[in-house]
Amino acid sequence: MAKRSNEPFLWSLFSSGGMIAALMLPVLILLFGLAIPLEWIEAPSRESLLALVRHPLTRLVLFGLCSLPLFHGAHRFRFTLYDGLQIKHLNELIAVVCYGGAIVGTALAGYILWTLG
Amino acid sequence: MKQSHAYTLYHPKWYRRRVSTWWWTQQWRSFKFILRELSSLAVIYFVALLLWLLWSLGQGEASYRNFLAWMESPLMIAFNVIAFLFVLYHSITWFNLAPKAMPVRVGGKRLPDWMIAAPNYAAWVVISVVIAWFILGGN
Repeated sequence: MAKRSNEPFLWSLFSSGGMIAALMLPVLILLFGLAIPLEWIEAPSRESLLALVRHPLTRLVLFGLCSLPLFHGAHRFRFTLYDGLQIKHLNELIAVVCYGGAIVGTALAGYILWTLG
Repeated sequence: MKQSHAYTLYHPKWYRRRVSTWWWTQQWRSFKFILRELSSLAVIYFVALLLWLLWSLGQGEASYRNFLAWMESPLMIAFNVIAFLFVLYHSITWFNLAPKAMPVRVGGKRLPDWMIAAPNYAAWVVISVVIAWFILGGN
């Protein structure tokens, strides 16, 4: 029997993360990265934003929005290094750093969202 | 008999073309592919930014103001313009890829690509508006 691969599992994280990132990231980066700093629109007050973020559903969405795109990014970046730079001998190290980073980021997101009061 | 290269007249080395590290600059298609793959960095960057925002929200008013002030620096604006373009590129290539990743057949015929991609774009618009409304609505 062939060795079982964890590729399908990683790929499901990759594709769901890719979908969430595609659907939700552009509007957020447009708002917080450009529209608000360039004063096209006024920044929301901390109270209103905090009230929004404290809602359990928002926290859940935000957790998914932080975690899954990290795995998406890790998976894709891993193969960018693999294909682009052809550093196949470092494959394992790259995988550990990429997915490890995504796990650390997920834990951090969980911690921040959990302690938000 | 031992099968070792020492016993053969010709050194048994498979022919492998050397591929330059810069192979993807040779063709527009491959260049676009690498650009798309590099959008992953923009995604990671933006998740980091989002975590920073959430953290600063929890820390207090001064911290949140500090975050907003940071976003106004020209350096961050420049970063965000680039990241925004990459994320946009990710979204568009992602939605256009969906029909190729999961072709839908109705009555034995494959649905045209745009019929699968279109709902993605529609969902994108709706979700973007809803998110913006939630964030700005509380003002």
